[in-house]
Amino acid sequence: MAESAHKDSAEQAEFRQYCRHWLAANRPADPSVRLPLSALEIMTMEQLTYLQAWQKSAYDAGLVGCDYPQEVGGAGRKDCQRVANEEMLAARTPYFPNIIGLGMAAPTVFYHGQPELSQRLLPRLFSGEDIWCQGFSEPGAGSDLASVQTFAERRGDKWVINGHKVWTSLAHFAEWMILLLRTDKSHKYDGLSYFVVPIRSALGKGVTVRPLIKITGETGFNEVIFDDLEVDDSLRLDELGKGWQVAMTTLLHERGAGELQTPRAGGLKNKGGHTTSASSLVEFARTVERSGRPAADDALLRDRIMQQLIRETGLAQNQRRSRVPALLDHPMRVQLQNKLLASEISQDTAALALEVAGASASLYLGDDNAPAGGQWSLAYMNSYGMTIAAGTSEVQRNILGERVLGLPKSK
Amino acid sequence: MSQPDNFGFGEEAALLKASAGKFFADKFPTATLHALVAAEHRPERTGQCQWDAALWREMVELGWTMLAVPEAAGGVGMPAVAVAGLAEELGKAAFPCPLLGTINASYVLAACGAAGLPALQEIAEGYSASLAITDKRGSWVPGDCEVTCTDGRLNGTAWYVQDAGKADRLLVSAHCGGNVGLYWVPADAQGITVHPDAIVDLTRDQAHISFANVTATEVCADGQAALAEAMPAIWTVLAADIVGAAEWQLQTTVEYVGTRQQFDRPLGFFQAVKHPLVDVMLQIDQAKSLVYNAACAIDCEPARAPQYAHMAKASASDCAALASGRSVQLHGGIGFTWECFVHLYFKRQKHSQMLFGDAAWHRARLADIVIGPAAGAVA
Repeated sequence: MAESAHKDSAEQAEFRQYCRHWLAANRPADPSVRLPLSALEIMTMEQLTYLQAWQKSAYDAGLVGCDYPQEVGGAGRKDCQRVANEEMLAARTPYFPNIIGLGMAAPTVFYHGQPELSQRLLPRLFSGEDIWCQGFSEPGAGSDLASVQTFAERRGDKWVINGHKVWTSLAHFAEWMILLLRTDKSHKYDGLSYFVVPIRSALGKGVTVRPLIKITGETGFNEVIFDDLEVDDSLRLDELGKGWQVAMTTLLHERGAGELQTPRAGGLKNKGGHTTSASSLVEFARTVERSGRPAADDALLRDRIMQQLIRETGLAQNQRRSRVPALLDHPMRVQLQNKLLASEISQDTAALALEVAGASASLYLGDDNAPAGGQWSLAYMNSYGMTIAAGTSEVQRNILGERVLGLPKSK
Repeated sequence: MSQPDNFGFGEEAALLKASAGKFFADKFPTATLHALVAAEHRPERTGQCQWDAALWREMVELGWTMLAVPEAAGGVGMPAVAVAGLAEELGKAAFPCPLLGTINASYVLAACGAAGLPALQEIAEGYSASLAITDKRGSWVPGDCEVTCTDGRLNGTAWYVQDAGKADRLLVSAHCGGNVGLYWVPADAQGITVHPDAIVDLTRDQAHISFANVTATEVCADGQAALAEAMPAIWTVLAADIVGAAEWQLQTTVEYVGTRQQFDRPLGFFQAVKHPLVDVMLQIDQAKSLVYNAACAIDCEPARAPQYAHMAKASASDCAALASGRSVQLHGGIGFTWECFVHLYFKRQKHSQMLFGDAAWHRARLADIVIGPAAGAVA
């Protein structure tokens, strides 16, 4: 049972009881299809339909958008999303499919868009009926995000957009995109502006979505090409030239440090699902033979598996310590390490699992003899998505060195 | 499951940690340490590490040596998380003194129940102590000792005794009949000879101590269980010391690379310098979080204390190695000299890294707990 780290207010305590009862009666049946590790890897309509139905029912019950005002489709509560998240995690519900919408688009539109825009877009975002995607990275703008070249040109009260976005998860299902682009070529940062643009309804009319094939062979994310897409000025967020500041709101919420809590479900561990934890590696090592005995008995492998267990436990205890100010030298020091550590630890655990597997690590998903169904190979390759996306590990080290240690900026 | 979210690190613990930090910063800057312990540089040097006995008396007056002494014995009985906080500050200052040995002895004596009370009362009165429990091989397994006890007399040699020249009392483990007993004896008792080891670390001293028909007070005829019970606290407190020292290494190096200019820029501008320092910070924070987790387990969830303390000391030992290596390397040429203060912490950390088990030793024991003993392994 997940108990809260903080003491509940009266409203929160009552809401917690409500969530618990509702989830006990309405937690969805297990899916008939295997779900991917996260919403970003949803590939089939079957997966999407199942997950959209779950998000809609959770929204209708008031478990999504809890802390947003009712005018924009929220529940108008105070600090209750966290409670709903904890209860959904404990109830082992599936995750929500509209992860970009809930985590990044909703707070950005709410804080920087006209109120009418929030009223129009957020209800269908919260319900999951409209899936959202994010148009930030470009072929020439990765870690150096502010160098995006996608350009919007003013024509009367319309904007005409041309450009090329990449690594766009969920674009093949998305109705809407949050879009960072350029409205002025003479200023790097101050020349950026921020829009929300329709994708699905503009397919063939200025928008092309093409799948990008990942290193694993899976599809899952896309490139999106804008060719004279015409949009209304009412879809602009904040002032012209303020795109970078708006993007910071998006990224702050993406990294979990924003003011509005993101609805997070997802305690469900699928049958046949796969986690890259050290404890699952221990179980795996018991099943693999090495030099005539279980790999779990090999002294060298034991040492390396314990290194991973120690790092994992350290990460969990970091999160615990990040809420104890007397044990922090700098308020953001431990929190800002989270993404870097989580991605590198799970990458190294997956890599170690392949060493444990030995020769059978060569077998992939299509081979009946593949250990763990080939999932460790898949996880290892996919782990590079985590160490590259949302600020590469190298960028994360710059941020930590500069913001926490106060070292001179590298740029 | 009964661990509090905040590690049980309450107001009192926070106050103690903050005041200890201020105490050392005000009264014992690194330049003072260097002047005190680094006067003699020859690699063949022998003898004891100099120390500030007056400042030590102040620490005793403040009650820091009796933090781990239960209230029943006249001590303060602070939780392990508070002791860890103090140890972190001690490590940051690298202050030469027998504080850790005294705390370690307190934990072993407290694990002896009522039999430990008389010795604990002496610690509460201000006597310092050190553990004399290890054999010549440097085995950290409780009971691996060479000293014997016959008719109340100790004979043999105890090795790797920490701060032996500074401690007032020794807690000795010795074979007695078929058991390993624990004995309490003044460090200057008749028949005791302290042979100082010539060690790398300038901030500690260490010795092997020979016993020739030494009359000692028996604390406990079968002390193996008490030693084993106290070990998680001993590992955790040393790990806290390492974390504090590593933070000094990190901050000192960050300051240096922020000012030292090469290629018309401060060194810290370059990612080849910046990123390793971030890696040091990551390793410190992991070790620190594991230290407070282990300390909290000692206070609230003793069944899990060995497992979590193995994690803490393994992580801290790796942290000591990484922070030490980077602190010297990133100081460049000056970091390779006797005049630059980083060598003091480099050497202290090297000592701490191995003391009471290095990282590989702790991980092997952790694996025995988590995975189970390997088939065919030699115990």
